[in-house]
Amino acid sequence: MEMNLLKNKEVPLLFTVLWIAVFSGALYSLDKSVIAFMGVLFSIILVYYTKGSNLIRFALGAAVLLLIIPLVAGDNRYYMEVATQVGIYVAMALGLNIVVGFAGLLDLGYVAFFAAGAYAYAIFTTSQANEFIPGDFFPLSGEWFWPFLIIGLIVAAIFGILLGLPVLRVKGDYLAIVTLGFGEIIRIVFNNLDKPINITNGPQGITPIPAPELLGIKMGTPFYFYFIVLFVIAFIVLANVRFEHSRLGRAWIAVREDELAAQSMGISLLNTKLAAFATGASFAGIVGVIFAAKQTFVDPTSFTMNESIAILVMVILGGSGSIPGVVLGAAFVTVLQVQLLKEFSNFLHGLQQSGLINLPSQLDPSKFQRLVFGVILVLVALYRPNGLIPAKRKKDDIDSIKQSKHFGEQQGILAKVAGRK
Amino acid sequence: MLSMLPQVLVDGLTLGFMYAVVALGYTMVYGILEFINFAHGDLFMVGAFVGTEVLLTFEALGTLEGMNPFVAFFITLIVAMAITGALGVGIERVAYRPLRGAPRLVPLISAIGVSFLLQDLVRFSEAIYRNEFYLNSPQLFTGSLELGFATVPQKAIMVMVIAIVLMIVLTLFVNKTKWGIAMRAVAQDQSTASLMTINVDKVIMLTFLIGSSLGGATGVLFAQNYGTIDPYIGFILGLKAFTAAVLGGIGNLRGAMVGGVIIGLLESLSGAYMGPLTNGAFGAEYKDVFAFSILILVLLFKPEGLFGEAVKEKV
Repeated sequence: MEMNLLKNKEVPLLFTVLWIAVFSGALYSLDKSVIAFMGVLFSIILVYYTKGSNLIRFALGAAVLLLIIPLVAGDNRYYMEVATQVGIYVAMALGLNIVVGFAGLLDLGYVAFFAAGAYAYAIFTTSQANEFIPGDFFPLSGEWFWPFLIIGLIVAAIFGILLGLPVLRVKGDYLAIVTLGFGEIIRIVFNNLDKPINITNGPQGITPIPAPELLGIKMGTPFYFYFIVLFVIAFIVLANVRFEHSRLGRAWIAVREDELAAQSMGISLLNTKLAAFATGASFAGIVGVIFAAKQTFVDPTSFTMNESIAILVMVILGGSGSIPGVVLGAAFVTVLQVQLLKEFSNFLHGLQQSGLINLPSQLDPSKFQRLVFGVILVLVALYRPNGLIPAKRKKDDIDSIKQSKHFGEQQGILAKVAGRK
Repeated sequence: MLSMLPQVLVDGLTLGFMYAVVALGYTMVYGILEFINFAHGDLFMVGAFVGTEVLLTFEALGTLEGMNPFVAFFITLIVAMAITGALGVGIERVAYRPLRGAPRLVPLISAIGVSFLLQDLVRFSEAIYRNEFYLNSPQLFTGSLELGFATVPQKAIMVMVIAIVLMIVLTLFVNKTKWGIAMRAVAQDQSTASLMTINVDKVIMLTFLIGSSLGGATGVLFAQNYGTIDPYIGFILGLKAFTAAVLGGIGNLRGAMVGGVIIGLLESLSGAYMGPLTNGAFGAEYKDVFAFSILILVLLFKPEGLFGEAVKEKV
């Protein structure tokens, strides 16, 4: 019954509005309440399924994200921080969605592109760049954050193409292993590139990375990052939507479904895959720049395989290829990671301090990450291989083809034969 | 610099034989199901932990002192092989079999999940049991053989001997026994094999049993040879063993063995010589990069590997 409700987009508008009102009220009155925050996040999903025209739903969603959350929780550093983190992962997952969801290339080294973007911004906005570029041009100021969003995109896209050129000749499950290997290679290289020339400062990492600046305003608080991330997500979602049914997007889906058939339809396999790889990579690059500016510190430990798998879990859980699904998956996994597990472990620590239970420190739920990811991956693979919100495929509408003015026209060689008759 | 070459070769061979046995597990499963068992490296890790726990139990009981090291070693080996073998069969039954026939990426995702699960389950059980998850294995063989030009530790000899015995037994099993023939038949063509009254499910179970127990045995060898283990050793070693399997031609048993030894030797050589050759610019920390680069190069230029047959893709 409930599923049916969701399938047909039949959540009454009144219900959604009430839901938003109740939970934003809760968010306003409660400090650090996971439930209130989840409720507000969930309202975005509700909006997606609400009955009504696209315009109404769009306006509602924008109101929640742009007005209600900043107004209600804008002063609360904690909520804004979590919202920003959710946003960063949503953006990354949407980027990976192009590679895994649309083009069907299982990339287990996705975090490498994220690292490329983060390091690009980190190196040039600290004195690190002086180590290998003569002169004293660096550090660049925080105003360079904005051009670096583009530079990060380009750097990561170039990385994607350079990695993709050898890697994409490899097929299917081999590709997973090779990208995994490449992800590790990049991490090892960043970890050791403090000699012979000091480029990445090795395991010590790079700090202090300046916060973005606009017209003299320093935007170092989660409040500003929330809007920056939102802006980038809007861009990435738009790109995803536009790509999905474009010529390239259909080529990706064709390649995903059957490489041989796609090839015989005249799709260039390598170019199509490279385009997916580079597009996905470039989004990760932008997010990397934001991440570096937000953390003010980067080092290779932020870019392990764990991160790659985390992003993959978001895509697979939500439904690979499905944009709302990926957003849901990313939000859910991030909240689970940064909030639920932490809350649960704080709760257990409380019990421990009152002497009720005795827990070895290794059993701390905040360290459950791998276990949770493992369980999610196996369960999704077994019971819901298309994810929570499976991707919808556009069905060819026979009626609209019949009504098309080109219907009945004979084209190409057929037209010639018919004309001669 | 050349004076250390024999020692480097001995170390490389020891490492290589371990890769070879783990690679056998990958290659057997791939040969039959065309599926990369991502969790295989972690079965190896489970084997290392089971073996170490058995030895630690002996030590705690005080029986290890008076025990013949060979007896203790074989008991450890057999317990570890039995447990990892059973675990492998269980994983196949629960996480892989329902996905046979699903799109190829789905079982792979399930396998990645199993791999993560195993790592944390081992970490948790060790954390509850011992309050730490880095274990130091009791050393059974401490002596070494002085050859003049190189020192061969006894434990390295044990690694090589056990690895070679396992490989010979496996080769005989696959080539000479009825079940071995059934296995090869299933690898060649599942549906025809099932028409020939071969129980395909049973053969696949057997493959996982053998492959996983080989992985578990290597875990014991690893713990003996290097002393310290943690729940994450399976990942990198598994990746390199997979490289070995690909290098030898995936699906080919002899290829996996040769590939493993080659990868071990190359890794040891690069670890020892890359630093001096590049004047310290690229040292031993890049040896993992070296192994992965081989994987990528092989996949690009000779994807069928050294011993494999090139397969033409058909519609």
